[in-house]
Amino acid sequence: MAQQTDIKYLTPISVDIRKKKYCRFKKSGIKYIDYKDAEFLKKFINEQGRILPRRLTGTSLKFQKKVAQAVKRARHLALLPFVADNLKTNQ
Amino acid sequence: MLNHYETVFIMTPVLSEEQMKETVKKFESYLLEKGAEILHQENWGLKKFEYPIEKKNTGFYHLIQFDAEPSIIKDFELQYRRDEKIMRYLTVSLDKHAFAYSEKRRKLRKEKQQKEEKEGVIL
Repeated sequence: MAQQTDIKYLTPISVDIRKKKYCRFKKSGIKYIDYKDAEFLKKFINEQGRILPRRLTGTSLKFQKKVAQAVKRARHLALLPFVADNLKTNQ
Repeated sequence: MLNHYETVFIMTPVLSEEQMKETVKKFESYLLEKGAEILHQENWGLKKFEYPIEKKNTGFYHLIQFDAEPSIIKDFELQYRRDEKIMRYLTVSLDKHAFAYSEKRRKLRKEKQQKEEKEGVIL
């Protein structure tokens, strides 16, 4: 049995500790996402005003759909922009 | 069977104060005449848009929360479409979570207003 030689890596393997993602709505018990509350919805859109994907925010499918619907309604009422260049920085 | 509804509409900023009030009154009376029960109203006043609508950058927002028969919603929205002072409208039905949320929000707003009146700050 080949003697197990310790494998030397050129670069140290960076195993980033995978932060366990959790759905913040389930955790904090929020049941309804209000489309009128633009400040709260701003947490779920990026600089360009686009909706953040689930893999970044870690929300569950059920609440991601509610967030998406609320953001789209807020956009319809001009509370959120459809496309923005520096949404969060100019406040 | 009465459902819970919430409608937000935006009026052109070019209106004067009483014209704005009169259009709100028009929709309110339309609802009451159709047997709806208005629970709550909020006037957000003049607000800036995030993007220009019909070449304008501001508008009067008004919110009405009401219970109504589902059948009246279609021609209620027809009224919106006919009225050219309304730039945009959104009617949403509230499920039980949404309705509970709006109750809580209304209570919060009332407390905030009372607190402000107590401090003599006129909202």
